[in-house]
Amino acid sequence: MQLPEISRQNLILLTGLTLLLAAFSALWMLQGLPPEGNRSFILKLRWTKLAGLIVVGAATGIATVLFQTVAGNRVLTPSIMGFDSLYVLLQTSLVMMLGIAGVAALPVGEKFLLEVGVMTLLACILFGTLLGRGARDIPRTILTGVILGILFRSLNSFLGRVIDPIEFAVVQQNSMASFSRIDANLLPYGLGLALLAMVGAMLLASRLDVLGLGREVAVSLGLRHERVVILTLALVAVLVAIPTALVGPITFFGLLVAGMTHGLAQTARHAILLPAAGLIAATMLVAGQLLFERVMGQAAFLSVIIEFAGGLFFMYLLLKGRIR
Amino acid sequence: MIEISGVNYSIGGAQILRDISASLPKGKLTALIGPNGAGKSTLLRLIGRLEPLQSGRISLDGMDIRQTPTEALALKMAILGQQTHIVSRLRLRELVRFGRWPHHRGRPCACDHTAVEEALDAFELQPLATRFLDEVSGGQAQRAHLAMTFAQCTDWLLLDEPLNNLDMAHSRALMARLAEMVAGTGKSVVTVVHEVNYAAAWADHIVALKDGAIMAQGAPDEVLTEACLSALYDTPVTIANHNGRPLVLHHA
Repeated sequence: MQLPEISRQNLILLTGLTLLLAAFSALWMLQGLPPEGNRSFILKLRWTKLAGLIVVGAATGIATVLFQTVAGNRVLTPSIMGFDSLYVLLQTSLVMMLGIAGVAALPVGEKFLLEVGVMTLLACILFGTLLGRGARDIPRTILTGVILGILFRSLNSFLGRVIDPIEFAVVQQNSMASFSRIDANLLPYGLGLALLAMVGAMLLASRLDVLGLGREVAVSLGLRHERVVILTLALVAVLVAIPTALVGPITFFGLLVAGMTHGLAQTARHAILLPAAGLIAATMLVAGQLLFERVMGQAAFLSVIIEFAGGLFFMYLLLKGRIR
Repeated sequence: MIEISGVNYSIGGAQILRDISASLPKGKLTALIGPNGAGKSTLLRLIGRLEPLQSGRISLDGMDIRQTPTEALALKMAILGQQTHIVSRLRLRELVRFGRWPHHRGRPCACDHTAVEEALDAFELQPLATRFLDEVSGGQAQRAHLAMTFAQCTDWLLLDEPLNNLDMAHSRALMARLAEMVAGTGKSVVTVVHEVNYAAAWADHIVALKDGAIMAQGAPDEVLTEACLSALYDTPVTIANHNGRPLVLHHA
């Protein structure tokens, strides 16, 4: 088996990013550790959070790059198209149907896997029809996606109004991103599923390169276009559900990461782009959380800063006319 | 041989093609001509399975295009549609490399590399090979797309208006290259041509479409007659003879 050739530049980029992530992770684990006492307890706590941040970051980054390839657009993200609001809506409906006690009684892992399954199915049906054969009309696709996103959000807040106020409080907590409430029980499932999805994405890498050429060229080159679109959307759905379940919806983060990835890795090869996006996103989250928790003493929220920076970057892309 | 039988096609109630039956000969340069909206591109795209067949049957060298796996078809025919924007930021050489994808599906070998360099040479793209696709002119981008299609090394080449954006010299060079491929290596080419004289000068077989139906087909001498072309384009034309081939005059 011949390994795909990697240019020197990209090798340096990937190695550099890995080292950077490793450095920040080490700093995260070891900074300000008391010389004795509850060291193992603190380490365990930090380890959970670190793993959570890395999974959330990598999944979001990779999902966005995948989605942009399918959509043939560098400004759309799964969040803008309503993927994560679909997930939040699912959770709200579950609370509405079963009540808090009912939801709490469900085993965490099975509930999560079921939610991811339903979400993947729905996303494939909704966005598959949108991006499959009709994808040639990009403006219509974007518009429909944005409207779907708004629809999910509105339905979610409608359900929030209808249900019991206490249940609403639970629901509302689910619809806000917080990097401090990573659910340790959910983490192993999220981690496993994310790894599976990432391996799947890497196996598709060469096909994704062809997909990036647009439907016509891809079909001409013998790519099973619709099948690859659906497979990729399924991976996107899984990779969006995981961070949304772990920390809540983060709208602009994916856009920020995908933009940086395409800027830094001057290549169209997904074998490079996907790991680069995962590494960049994970590094940003770990470094950002380190800064906020340790340096600024919890004085700000990472999610707010990410949305702010992401929003500015979005404006920059708009003004530079990169929306096509 | 490409056999088309009973093909109808409509988009949103508008009938684009009606009951098309034709056979396009193997080892020949076939030109599809006709006025705008005659259905030339649609027919080519149906053959190249870029659009799904609605009715009828199309087969390529005996392989039904609906039944044959798309991977196998990609080794038999290459189709170049009218250019669309590519989102991925690609250098010209990277684009041409994709022409080899049907052969290696992600694991290129030395022979793929050779084929790419040959295609770049053939279209005089070596000096531009490291430029980005969005940093070259429309004609240069068109040549890069053509080079990718050539690198696919298929028996059949389907080209939808390949002369778009090409200057006189490159248009002529492309048609000459196509004719040479057909004569020299036994490949078959089907191309949509707007300028009738390119068909007159180079094609072996001509199919004339009007309003979604075949109006005439056959050798250039049979199709490119004053009566036929005048009716085809609803414009009076005169046919002259130049070096033994018809020359269509429509300037007067």
